[in-house]
Amino acid sequence: MRVWVPLDAAAKALGADDVAAALARELPETTITRNGTRGMIWLEPLVEIERDGVRLGFGPVDPDDVPGLVEAIRIGAAHPLALGPVEELPWMKAQSRLTFARVGVIDPLSLTEYEANGGLAGLRRAIVIGPSAVVEDLIQSGLRGRGGAGFPTGIKWKTVAGAKASQKYIVCNADEGDSGSFADRMLMEGDPLTLIEGMAIAGIAVGATQGYVYCRSEYPDAIRVTEAAIALARRGGVLGESVLGSEYAFDMEVRVGAGAYVCGEETSLLNSLEGKRGTVRAKPPIPALEGFLGRPTVVNNLVSLATVPWILANGGEEYAKLGIGRSKGTIPIQISGNVRHGGLFEAAFGMTLAEIIEEVGGGTASGRPVKAAQVGGPLGAYIPAKDFDVPFGYEELAGRDGLLGHAGITVFDDTADMLKLARFAMEFCAVESCGKCTPCRIGSVRGVETIDRIAAGDSDGVEILKDLCNTMKWGSLCALGGFAPFPVMSALTHFPDEFSGRNEPRKEAAE
Amino acid sequence: MTNPAISADFRERLDAIINLHKDREGPLLPILHDIQHEWGFVPEESEPVIAQALGMTRAEVHGVVSFYHDFRDHPSGRHVLRLCRAEACQSMGADALADQVRAALGIDFHETTPDGRLTLEPVFCLGLCACAPSAQMGDKLVGRANLAKVQRLVTEAGA
Repeated sequence: MRVWVPLDAAAKALGADDVAAALARELPETTITRNGTRGMIWLEPLVEIERDGVRLGFGPVDPDDVPGLVEAIRIGAAHPLALGPVEELPWMKAQSRLTFARVGVIDPLSLTEYEANGGLAGLRRAIVIGPSAVVEDLIQSGLRGRGGAGFPTGIKWKTVAGAKASQKYIVCNADEGDSGSFADRMLMEGDPLTLIEGMAIAGIAVGATQGYVYCRSEYPDAIRVTEAAIALARRGGVLGESVLGSEYAFDMEVRVGAGAYVCGEETSLLNSLEGKRGTVRAKPPIPALEGFLGRPTVVNNLVSLATVPWILANGGEEYAKLGIGRSKGTIPIQISGNVRHGGLFEAAFGMTLAEIIEEVGGGTASGRPVKAAQVGGPLGAYIPAKDFDVPFGYEELAGRDGLLGHAGITVFDDTADMLKLARFAMEFCAVESCGKCTPCRIGSVRGVETIDRIAAGDSDGVEILKDLCNTMKWGSLCALGGFAPFPVMSALTHFPDEFSGRNEPRKEAAE
Repeated sequence: MTNPAISADFRERLDAIINLHKDREGPLLPILHDIQHEWGFVPEESEPVIAQALGMTRAEVHGVVSFYHDFRDHPSGRHVLRLCRAEACQSMGADALADQVRAALGIDFHETTPDGRLTLEPVFCLGLCACAPSAQMGDKLVGRANLAKVQRLVTEAGA
């Protein structure tokens, strides 16, 4: 018998450490493995009991449930928290887990289990087929940046591969600052070796020997697990002078941010990594040619890099068979906020928002009707419930003036105050603006003031707000100022009645 | 500026931190993180020392320290309680929770209790969006936070 208790931060936030300690007391002879989360956060802490290769789930388990649970397992009795085999749960069966295939399944810090579950196959193939074939395979897969920009990953790699330089870099953007997003964190905690393998493949493909994972400081657990995995990968010969005994060298380390949302923007991230203020750089030059320390650099989102091993192991063509239109493959959908079944659900592109929120997510946690969902983080649009027929894809969401972003969906019930949320978006932009360009730095402050005027009954403010949003959208240097108008304009467009005079809204939300 | 805080011991510890990182690519953030870990904030006296070691101006170092929310220029309380204020947590009542916590502690965000035990800070996303609202104190995380859970967190930490 083997017992599994997640080490994922969300599971810990719901008491997983206490549950693991209680199980260790009750079952001193049994190995307790700390796995990643399966992604069913409403069932956390989810305890799994493995017998004869079948993993039976119990959850959500409170430490006080443990003695009774252990007794029930001992005598083979039924238990009210029993969920049956975890793999058979509808939430698990309905997914196409490619990127997150091993998260929650293996011990995140066991290279043996990683390999036994398909790990390193992609890296081995990359070594055999060589750099240009790797890039071609990636182009064929249709993989696009999962951080939100949606730029074809293979094309970016090709540019870096073609650049001449004595030193190139792979930089993983793990500065997952978007509220409603936790895919990066979940992967770093649950299967960090996949990220390491993806970065090593990227290094081989473009001729880079050094990688950095730029992770936000708000994720101490993710940093700890990933650093342990890097040490493990070095000992196991996955990283180092000779990757898996090949002619390729690659090593990497984790760098920790310092609480600046804008550092999720790639050029700001590079400045931060260099030890500078995290201000945005004007492009060109693009980071692929002049990135970290002015050298050719691949900057990819963590989920993009963690998808690379699957693509290399199974072929780009296989990956491209999934999805819709120009959105190929799978996307880890993060369902959060006021939702009954929140968590991470990896599926091929193309599900509608209604299917995701109502069927997979089970509607709101409060039991009230869904009013809107913010898709793609703080800079994403509020999609009203009437538009939930939109399929989940880059162009499909853009067609409704929305963003896919990092594929986080935050659900709001009918008590949500859309003017307040619009104000929050402007205020957040003002607080987090790097200050380099005027539309973002000044525009966001004026946006807050204008929304306050509207709230106070000045209806002339609405036109000014629209004009301001237009200026920010087209005049800002990066996506922070450029996309902050999305939540504001979507709230204003879909819920105009809430932008009429009334009492002063709350002011302190982002202070 | 003369400051009694620049004792031989302070300088020795500071030099050790700088030397640990100064040959890395982009050494400043790792240095500042270690300094804050050591003293609980980034003492102003450390800035010219770092500047000299890294070949930067003092203004450049100060510019970096002041850019990032994480770096403090004065000590915090012994414990720092962080409440998430981002959208997913707002959808589950984070604003109301913040009001309750502020009232219970008698301090506002960015303030420290008079006994110096506890500082209250906002945070924008802990990645616990599927079990919102969330709070953090040291290594401890709280999901589906409410006033009772937050108070227990504070009490257990002795704050």
